[in-house]
Amino acid sequence: MTNEQEDMLTVKNLHATIDGKEILKGINLEVKPGEIHAIMGPNGSGKSTLANVLAGHENFEVTDGEVSFLNENLLDQAAEERARNGLFLSFQYPIEIPGVSMVNFMKTAVNEQRKHRGLEPLKASQFLKLMEDKKKVVEISSQLTNRSVNEGFSGGEKKRNEIFQMAMLEPKLAILDETDSGLDIDALRVVANGVNKLKSPENATIVVTHYQRLLEYIVPDYVHVLHNGRIVKSAGKELAYQLEEKGYDWLKNDSDQ
Amino acid sequence: MIKKIQYTAAEELVDLFTTNKDIYNEGCPDYMNKAREAALEKFRISGIPSRKHEDYKYTDLRPVFEYDFEVVPRYVEHDVDLHEVFHCDVPQLNTHLIILVNGWYYGQNRKIGQLPEGVICSSLQHAAKHHYEIVEKYYNKMAGESDDPMANLNTSMAKDGLFFYVPDNVTIEAPVQIINIMFGKENTFAAQRNLFIMGKNSEARIVFCDHTLNDNYYILNNLTESYIDRDARFGFYSVQNQHNGAVNITNFFGKIESNARLNSDAITLNGGIVRNNLKVILNGEHAHANMNGLSFTDNKQHVDNFTAVDHAVPNCTSSQLYKNILDDHSKGAFTGQISVYQDAQKTEAFQQNNNVLLSETAEMFTKPRLVIDADDVRCSHGATVGRIDEEALFYLRTRGIGEKEARLMIMYAFADGVISQVGVEVLRERLSELVDRRLRGELGPCQTCSFKHGKR
Repeated sequence: MTNEQEDMLTVKNLHATIDGKEILKGINLEVKPGEIHAIMGPNGSGKSTLANVLAGHENFEVTDGEVSFLNENLLDQAAEERARNGLFLSFQYPIEIPGVSMVNFMKTAVNEQRKHRGLEPLKASQFLKLMEDKKKVVEISSQLTNRSVNEGFSGGEKKRNEIFQMAMLEPKLAILDETDSGLDIDALRVVANGVNKLKSPENATIVVTHYQRLLEYIVPDYVHVLHNGRIVKSAGKELAYQLEEKGYDWLKNDSDQ
Repeated sequence: MIKKIQYTAAEELVDLFTTNKDIYNEGCPDYMNKAREAALEKFRISGIPSRKHEDYKYTDLRPVFEYDFEVVPRYVEHDVDLHEVFHCDVPQLNTHLIILVNGWYYGQNRKIGQLPEGVICSSLQHAAKHHYEIVEKYYNKMAGESDDPMANLNTSMAKDGLFFYVPDNVTIEAPVQIINIMFGKENTFAAQRNLFIMGKNSEARIVFCDHTLNDNYYILNNLTESYIDRDARFGFYSVQNQHNGAVNITNFFGKIESNARLNSDAITLNGGIVRNNLKVILNGEHAHANMNGLSFTDNKQHVDNFTAVDHAVPNCTSSQLYKNILDDHSKGAFTGQISVYQDAQKTEAFQQNNNVLLSETAEMFTKPRLVIDADDVRCSHGATVGRIDEEALFYLRTRGIGEKEARLMIMYAFADGVISQVGVEVLRERLSELVDRRLRGELGPCQTCSFKHGKR
């Protein structure tokens, strides 16, 4: 990384609550272009909350702290603005939306993002070509993309569909929330390969996961351990292996003291 | 001549008829006129439906009649060409087009394309005389059994409407479109009577569009009897787009014989008070009825769909899907009755009513009624009343789709479950467009007709 590169994401002392209960208690995190960060931690540590707060979920209230994304205040932006500026959340539990076709959904999303960048909407033929190209990234079949959004998809198909959408939208920062949960080893490999294919020196990825398993395929530059709403340890990828061996308890005890 | 009388009660409607009996009977054959008195007596006893009537628990029609309005017991020539005046939002399909106005078959209807030989598509009053042998056999046979006060009021006062007859083994490829207009210089009450007869193994589709051409206060009391003989296929697609000061009360009776099929859709885009009664009897084995409805309401609009499906014989199937999207202070109601007679084994009857409330103040009442007297049947029903799924909304927004657009997508998807079943492709496409505009608030009911909001 060179000095000229701008910051991707800077999180300072982020506090967030849901229904008055504080979940994030002062998160600090810095992500630069080209980097892959893993956020690990036990259940209930605040991992998914962090992902959702960054994506702009309105059920959470940010009570303190700052987040800048591409040198702009992220917290001022509505969820759709964050997306148009290049932030992408791969959902832990993707939502089924009966009646909204995948094609119409993606066409609307792609064109809204293009409009934001001052580009003309894609012509129907260009759009279909783009769909065909991106389908290959995650080996998703036309049977799925011809259906309503996630409707009747299996767990694995839903996760593939998330990465397919990511491929279509080409975000600058992708946050993958428990993308490995519910995947068998073959599906995991396909999804991880998809993420790796989309990787470039200009974009960045935050992988939120409970297990080290996914990190064998998507190799992080940094691993952060979240516990009780704070990052209690940050290190290189070797930290993931330590966690695999020792679990989280040794870190929990540290932070509780 | 037009009578102008102030009504405050059913008695006054009865008096209106009694005083002007000669005018009501004029031009109609005896069998129509005989039916009037019996129906009027039933109406006199029941009165105008209020919440005290079990079937009108959610729709009180008494206040509707507390206005001055004209009645039209005779055809009135219009000094404008309705073909020219009519430029409403529900587009004219490229098909056989017929205009009816204030319940009457329009005198200047242009010759409609090439209908197959033997098909009759004309004024009911005309057919009652010129096709006496057909009309008398079917007229008021179903409605005459009804206890619905508005059906009885219709039988006593209606004089004209559409007569549609398709002989055995005849198929009409293009749909027939009815533009049903309310248009008067004064507030107007109209009774309209339609009779559709589908011969054995015949096939036809009717698109029936209700409109108001100016902003007077209108009550339309419309009644349709449909006989669908064995192996016939009949589609009846109603698109209601009247203004907020209009009251539209419809009664649709259908009798379906063996192996015949009815497809019916009631799409209510706009209206003040709408009440649709749908009464269908599956009368021959392997008959099928597919009945759907979709309504959008805002302001103080009120839409009440009331269905009754009778499985009279074994091996018939019926399916109902009704959906409502309600905003502001609007109200909706759905009552769906399924009756399975004692011998009607192997019946399959399905009913679903799904509703989305967009405001805190909109209200929806939903009530399934299943009366099952056979033991080997499959019947199911379900009803939901909910709000827009916030998680689905968030999901769409995280892909860059703006909140308003995302809401529209979800509502549109909800509506599409009904639209996708409309059996006329060109109408389906136009409806998609109209529903999209309706959801965006861009569809003024009859925008070109100097409509003013909030008349009532």
